[in-house]
Amino acid sequence: MLAQQLLNGLVVSGVYALFSLGFTLVFGIQRILNLAHGAIFMTGAMVAFYTVKGGGPLWLGFILAILASGALSVLVEIVCFRRLRKTGDEEFGGIISSIGAGLVITTIAQQVSSTQVLRFPFETFPVVIFKFWGLRVSMLQLFMAGAAIILVLILGYYVYRTAFGRRIRAVTDNEHAAMLMGINPNFVYSQTYFLAGALAGAAGVLVGLAFNSITFLMGEPYLMFAFAIIILGGLGSIPGALLASLVFGMVQTLTIAYLPSGLTDTIIFASLFLILLVRPHGILGKEDAGNLRGRR
Amino acid sequence: MLEVRDLKVSYSGIQALRGVSMNVSSGETVALIGPNGAGKSSLLNTISGIVRPESGSVMFEAGDITGARAWVVTKAGVLQVPEGRKVFGEMTVLENLQVGETALHGRAPTYRLQDVFDVFPILQERREQRAGSLSGGQQQMLVIARALMGGPRLLLLDEPSLGLAPVIISQVFDALAELKAQGLTILLVEQNAHLALTASDRAYVIEQGRIMKSGASMDLAKDPEVTALYLGQE
Repeated sequence: MLAQQLLNGLVVSGVYALFSLGFTLVFGIQRILNLAHGAIFMTGAMVAFYTVKGGGPLWLGFILAILASGALSVLVEIVCFRRLRKTGDEEFGGIISSIGAGLVITTIAQQVSSTQVLRFPFETFPVVIFKFWGLRVSMLQLFMAGAAIILVLILGYYVYRTAFGRRIRAVTDNEHAAMLMGINPNFVYSQTYFLAGALAGAAGVLVGLAFNSITFLMGEPYLMFAFAIIILGGLGSIPGALLASLVFGMVQTLTIAYLPSGLTDTIIFASLFLILLVRPHGILGKEDAGNLRGRR
Repeated sequence: MLEVRDLKVSYSGIQALRGVSMNVSSGETVALIGPNGAGKSSLLNTISGIVRPESGSVMFEAGDITGARAWVVTKAGVLQVPEGRKVFGEMTVLENLQVGETALHGRAPTYRLQDVFDVFPILQERREQRAGSLSGGQQQMLVIARALMGGPRLLLLDEPSLGLAPVIISQVFDALAELKAQGLTILLVEQNAHLALTASDRAYVIEQGRIMKSGASMDLAKDPEVTALYLGQE
């Protein structure tokens, strides 16, 4: 039973990781909390749904969802944040402007979906259950876990092992010095937002498939959790977001399994407070993570 | 090689440069000296595209780089080593150097990793170490080395001695002398006038946004006014 729950927790953690990695990546590089991230996640699920509904295969829907969410995320950066950054007041302004972008996107989705709960046609994802060592694992769960792990590995490789990733980290570290080394920060921002949006979109498709329920507001609870996750992991920290996603996914799954389900969020957020009492900057956070001025 | 003509710059109403003209020829080391706030760093930042001028022009070789963005200026091979040792602290020494290669934009490198390690052997020892954990002097060496990886044709140095211990300063300036001997063209901003005049061929004295004096560094070092104002402690 416990092993089964741990396995389920792992799948949930993977989805949280995909969602919050992009959130923390964007925060790391621009010190902006992109509150439209939940709407971008939802867009991924919608794009996949309409692709399948239109007769396309699921893999095509998955790819289109990733591309569309990435592109939408880039658009949000250009429209909402780029001009704002020149004023030097983007921390607060960015929050407001991204709330606005999120509202625009969710309202469009509400219109498109006629405020309906959308469901993938039956057997869009084949229902196959594997049983081994007394565990029950659906093919969908395996696919979710596999997709999350592969995407996280791709992100890790991109950020930590390629010249592009070094540029992202250089701009994150010191934009001024990065510009003097020939890096065009706007190009780096676009790449970062694309990655963030693409991962969120992928997470949206996985969640849409798992619960077979897609609504225009589906991103909001995830945004709330991602907030807690990146604070817990340490703002802007990729390994921190991974670790915190694992903690959150596990705690959530285990409390649902063993405790009255109404207590789940209470326990999660209470544990957030407890951890922050001991580690005010998050598990892997740096002391100056939220300090925009000190970085320039 | 570098030709600055009648450059005027102001920030929020305060004029930092009031018509500065100067030039740097290939292979030279030129120093800009002057008091704090005289406009030395403004001049450097305008050349590298961090600050946009109100009027005037910056020509580099045949091209006009006036008001070009900082990353575009690097394409021409004009590379600034910013003040205050701005290493990418979370990245390793090696990764910092690899980021420097971005400034090549497809140009052929002039310094390869091994050449840079020959000038700064300590960086080879520390190559896998996080740049933020280096000492101040090592960080200064790293930012210079990082710029070298970008194939500089003109290296702009902003206050390389700032906040370093004398023994470290002389290490850094020994390295600069070595780079100069290898034929690198350098424009050096330095508050420590004695140091700047020793390390350079020619120098300009900037005060309140204007060039007050210029000439061979050896002559300026003997100039009574310069001696009184900037070399007083000597």
